[in-house]
Amino acid sequence: MDMVRGHILCCGGTGCTSSGCEAIIKEMEKQLAAYELDKEFKIIKTGCFGLCALGPIMVVYPEGAFYSRVKVEDVEEIVKEHLLKGRIVKHLLYEETVEENGIKSLNETNFYAKQMRIALRNCGVIDPENIEEYIAADGYKALGKVLTEMTREEVIDEILKSGLRGRGGGGFPTGLKWKFTYAAEGDQKYVACNADEGDPGAFMDRSVLEGDPHTVIEAMAIAAYAIGADKGFIYIRAEYPIAVDRLQIAIDQAREYGLLGKNIFGTDFNFDLEIRLGAGAFVCGEETALMTSIEGKRGEPRPRPPFPANKGLWQKPTMLNNVETYANIPVIINKGADWFNTIGTEKSKGTKVFALGGKIHNTGLVEVPMGTTLREIIEDIGGGIPNGKKFKAAQTGGPSGGCIPHSLIDTPIDYDSLMAIGSMMGSGGLIVMDEDNCMVDIAKFFLEFTVDESCGMCAPCRIGTKRLLELLKKITDGKGTMEDIDKLEELCYTIKNGALCGLGQTAPNPVLSTLQYFRDEYVAHVQDKVCPAGVCKALARYTIVADKCKGCSLCSRQCPVNAISGKIKEPFVIDQDKCIKCGACMDSCKFGAIIKN
Amino acid sequence: MEKKTALPFNGTKEQEAQLMAVIESHKNQEGAAIPVLHKAQGIYGYLPLEVQQMIAEGLNVPLAEIYGIVTFYTQFSLYPKGEYQIGVCLGTACYVKGSGDILEKIKAQLGVDVGECTPDGKFSIDATRCIGACGLAPVFTVNDDVYGRIGVDDVEDILKKYM
Repeated sequence: MDMVRGHILCCGGTGCTSSGCEAIIKEMEKQLAAYELDKEFKIIKTGCFGLCALGPIMVVYPEGAFYSRVKVEDVEEIVKEHLLKGRIVKHLLYEETVEENGIKSLNETNFYAKQMRIALRNCGVIDPENIEEYIAADGYKALGKVLTEMTREEVIDEILKSGLRGRGGGGFPTGLKWKFTYAAEGDQKYVACNADEGDPGAFMDRSVLEGDPHTVIEAMAIAAYAIGADKGFIYIRAEYPIAVDRLQIAIDQAREYGLLGKNIFGTDFNFDLEIRLGAGAFVCGEETALMTSIEGKRGEPRPRPPFPANKGLWQKPTMLNNVETYANIPVIINKGADWFNTIGTEKSKGTKVFALGGKIHNTGLVEVPMGTTLREIIEDIGGGIPNGKKFKAAQTGGPSGGCIPHSLIDTPIDYDSLMAIGSMMGSGGLIVMDEDNCMVDIAKFFLEFTVDESCGMCAPCRIGTKRLLELLKKITDGKGTMEDIDKLEELCYTIKNGALCGLGQTAPNPVLSTLQYFRDEYVAHVQDKVCPAGVCKALARYTIVADKCKGCSLCSRQCPVNAISGKIKEPFVIDQDKCIKCGACMDSCKFGAIIKN
Repeated sequence: MEKKTALPFNGTKEQEAQLMAVIESHKNQEGAAIPVLHKAQGIYGYLPLEVQQMIAEGLNVPLAEIYGIVTFYTQFSLYPKGEYQIGVCLGTACYVKGSGDILEKIKAQLGVDVGECTPDGKFSIDATRCIGACGLAPVFTVNDDVYGRIGVDDVEDILKKYM
């Protein structure tokens, strides 16, 4: 191996790729060559650092200088000043890391200080396309340990003892799942990985697969050994091309190194993996639907029991875990269940990764110990709400979850606390909303999603969610009645009790939780015909402030329905009966004289 | 509907040979239909009935089953896409930052609805789920180009680049 003087870590996750990291890396290669530094520095394309809002990200070691929102034209300055002359280019650094006499380590910044990285331990640290970097970071050590030192029962006991629960949303104890599949009778067993991250606004699993694909492979091999399987499937969204590529590279490398295939670590354990691409169906995140889809059929769920542990893929015992759950396994084996047990709360052990998005400064990926409060995540790690706006609600659990209002911002985040307040952990999407977001509109947004994605198999979900959406539309159109709100609530419970699969049963949650905490907004839409956040177009009212209006007539010329009239140099007026609420007048006014309420 | 089906199927012999090779390589795999359909869409750009027929025969599966799969999954398209495929992210993070308005603007600008293609075959619009660029919200894509942190007013200028 060539020795180099320093490393340049460039984030190559989807977030930074979208903000142009490829061009930055190319420019860096060019500049390194131009300054004859290409033998002294090595560029490493890593997985996600988590701070997607600051992408593209570049970190230069040994100093650990964290350059954010790097532009192509900045690269030469970094090379010339920092790499060549050893002077860190302070004005290009992430401002949080800048100190008077040097730089602060990333781990001391607000964003990282309260985080604890277990599942994401290698993301942004190693080159995901190089198995040796993973091995150097204790990779495949846990697999070696279980194959050569532990019995299958000991492995399952260790996972049980760790208290690890499924990170895909349900929170079922992982060890129990392993135990059931271990105990199930069958000549052939399978392990499977759920990487069909369909929750809109969530990208935890993708980041693990992009940043550390080997950890999933290693964990699946450990699981396969424990339950007695020799074949595994990873079901991944086709919308994640970078993750699919890196995963395939990782599988090929693992095969080459004898870590997949026959007689792994010289034992009689055989295991191989296959990638199966999803094709864009949210319901396929549900375990039975996912398995039907792997079998090559329409991804419709099937009734349980029988549970997959007994009859899964092709009617054989199958153990399905989510990506993040798997990412915890090697660490638990290496450090022990007793260590893992000390992290988190009584019933929720370890950490949880959240995709932090919406109205928040530090959009990105965070991993925190269970029991961290929402306030800590939003205010300390997330840096609060931009533009001086007020926090209104946080949405967790995606289309199956609920909205958490400001009054509950000190709720510790764990499976049971979230369930108790009508939301759920979900896979880890955490969307922050401010006062400009209408909660009825948000409920409508999620129902539109569910109606679109309902597989159509059972009537409560297929018809029920459609009726829910119609009621919500009626309310946001200003045509709702108080009875509609009652009907809405009643229908929610009918769907909850009657739907076949987990997705149908949780589909009404966004409506129920907004009704619970923001009922006044629903009432405002119905009784006062007002959308307090000013989002619902049909309820908007544009008016001209007479004091500010100069009478220039620009707005009346913009109005597509001639609803604005008046005399030049005198205040104009909007005819509310004619107005179609397009907002063209407000956009055109140069004096800010038109307001919307 | 006419707008969508206006183009007649005109697959080439080479495409057919590619498809046959794909079918051959998956023939003995369990659950082969979805991987084959993915690759077939890669070859033809979409999955017209003619292509589904070839797959059904090749894999010895009823055409109804293949059609059932194609229409179940949103990634599979029965209609050709435009030369420039626009994808507006309607993931939650983008939605709360106004991507719904951006979609409306693009629809108005091009005069077609989601899932449709302009009559000249140039643009098609899809409303996509989270593409994972939440840090750039709201986001839309034109083929491989990503446009993030945009407002409704930027739409016209961006689309002009492709006109």
